[in-house]
Amino acid sequence: MFALVDCNNFYASCERIFQPALEGKPIAILSNNDGCVIARSNEAKALGLPMGAPAHEYASFFNQHKVEVFSSNYPLYGDMSRRVMEVLKQFTPQVEVYSIDEAFLQFAGFDHYDLDTYARQMRKRVRKWTGMPVSIGMGPSKALAKVANRVAKKFADRTGGVYVIDNEEKRVKALKWLPIGDVWGIGRQHNKRLVFQGVRTAYDFTQLSDAWVRREMSVVGLRLKHDLMGVSSIPLEMTAAPKKAIATTRSFERMIDDYGELRERVSTFGSLCAEKLRRQNSRCHAIYVFVRSNPFRDDMPQYRNSTLVSLPFATHSSLTISQQALRGLDLIYKSGISYKKAGVMVTGIVPEASHQMSLFEYENPKHQALMQSIDRLHQRFGPHKLKIANQDLSRTYKMKQARLSPRYTTDVRDVICVK
Amino acid sequence: MKKRRGLDFFTPDTSGKGVWLAEEGVSAGFPSPADDFKEGRISLDKVAVKNEAATFYARVAGQSMIDAGLDDGDLLVIDRSLEPQDGKIAVCLVDGEFTVKRLKVEKDCVWLVAENKNYPPIQVTEDNELMIWGIVTHVLKAL
Repeated sequence: MFALVDCNNFYASCERIFQPALEGKPIAILSNNDGCVIARSNEAKALGLPMGAPAHEYASFFNQHKVEVFSSNYPLYGDMSRRVMEVLKQFTPQVEVYSIDEAFLQFAGFDHYDLDTYARQMRKRVRKWTGMPVSIGMGPSKALAKVANRVAKKFADRTGGVYVIDNEEKRVKALKWLPIGDVWGIGRQHNKRLVFQGVRTAYDFTQLSDAWVRREMSVVGLRLKHDLMGVSSIPLEMTAAPKKAIATTRSFERMIDDYGELRERVSTFGSLCAEKLRRQNSRCHAIYVFVRSNPFRDDMPQYRNSTLVSLPFATHSSLTISQQALRGLDLIYKSGISYKKAGVMVTGIVPEASHQMSLFEYENPKHQALMQSIDRLHQRFGPHKLKIANQDLSRTYKMKQARLSPRYTTDVRDVICVK
Repeated sequence: MKKRRGLDFFTPDTSGKGVWLAEEGVSAGFPSPADDFKEGRISLDKVAVKNEAATFYARVAGQSMIDAGLDDGDLLVIDRSLEPQDGKIAVCLVDGEFTVKRLKVEKDCVWLVAENKNYPPIQVTEDNELMIWGIVTHVLKAL
């Protein structure tokens, strides 16, 4: 059996654990740089606050409805997520951390357990130890656990936040209830095509022929179909696959006109990407650079452009990636534009162990030793103490975080106060 | 025909260990007799934290618990996994605000008792909203 454990309104719940007076009040969390709404409490959803609402357009809405607005506090969310996952790992060794607020659990050899009771214990312990409310769905496959989770959440009053699909009757009932667009892994394109075929629910989908599903939705779609029929076909992935793309992008807190300043930013982003690559023992084959002006200022000249720089060898050197990102920037830079956002993304990522050495072009092998020393120094003296000469030494990038809550669990100066 | 010569394959170093100074120094002399008896240093975390996932910290504000040794500015270690019991010091939530008090459990009510004679005990009945947020296990104070 599989379970999907999902934290209820995760970001909002993190804030509530340390400010319990916010219980029952509408909460909105903003993206990096306070750009737009990325998470809402149930109360905020009920007010009709849409996902992705630009914060500056909704300022009066927030005031009028007394919405508590927070900048995203990733140190806090990351720590609370790790705590929840740690508690879950006490219930089964097979845990796939699926996202910051969701995990798939597999229960092999639990045949004689009452899994409904077990799930309720799990839910209670996570809540007591970490303060986090979770919903749990269980089923004979990952896709059915996901379906069961939706039932648990949607009918929380009746289910108490736990629902187990453990017989054919429950499976069919749940699948007939779930619209096809809400099925795990069915995107907008597939949804359109399926609805056109007369498929309205998850159950209708399981009635299509294997041949049709394979032809139209590849083997991925077929696995999903079998999973929904109760034949587990999507395995648990315990070790995180290396990320296929790593990006560092930022909106600037003010617009940048100066070429030198923009170069400095892009160089820093490149060097941050390189650090992320080294942390996961990977190298990249290509670097994508983009810049854009501020689309909300239609009184100013608008410009956006991007380019891909491919490398003859795979690298994770901050020097190489920064340098090549700047080469890319030179190609797309246009003067007379006020830039609002830029970013560097590295792709063509290969694990360190499998990278192919190129016969004629390769990186100075000294980079490897230098990067390792840099990483050691950062570990010892804190991040970003050592910079490349084209990065600004005095400057550290400051995000706009006007409504940031304290880092209750990761900074001793920020812990809660008790009278 | 000449026998083909084997190819040498090189695998990149993935050990992640950088070039670094050997801190203890390298010498060819007699090895330290203490090497075999290396133990980890004393860690306050190990002493005070029994359950990492459930441990949180709080700072004391005010004088209400001075007779229990909890002074203004002290750092409290809170374990949320422990069950509340009579006599334990707990961080509680009363009407939306955090407070630290000693629990006194009676048949039909709970008292939150301050450890300072100037603060009267708070009686919690069914009318108040009480949530016990966590149990205080240690207090760290700077002298």
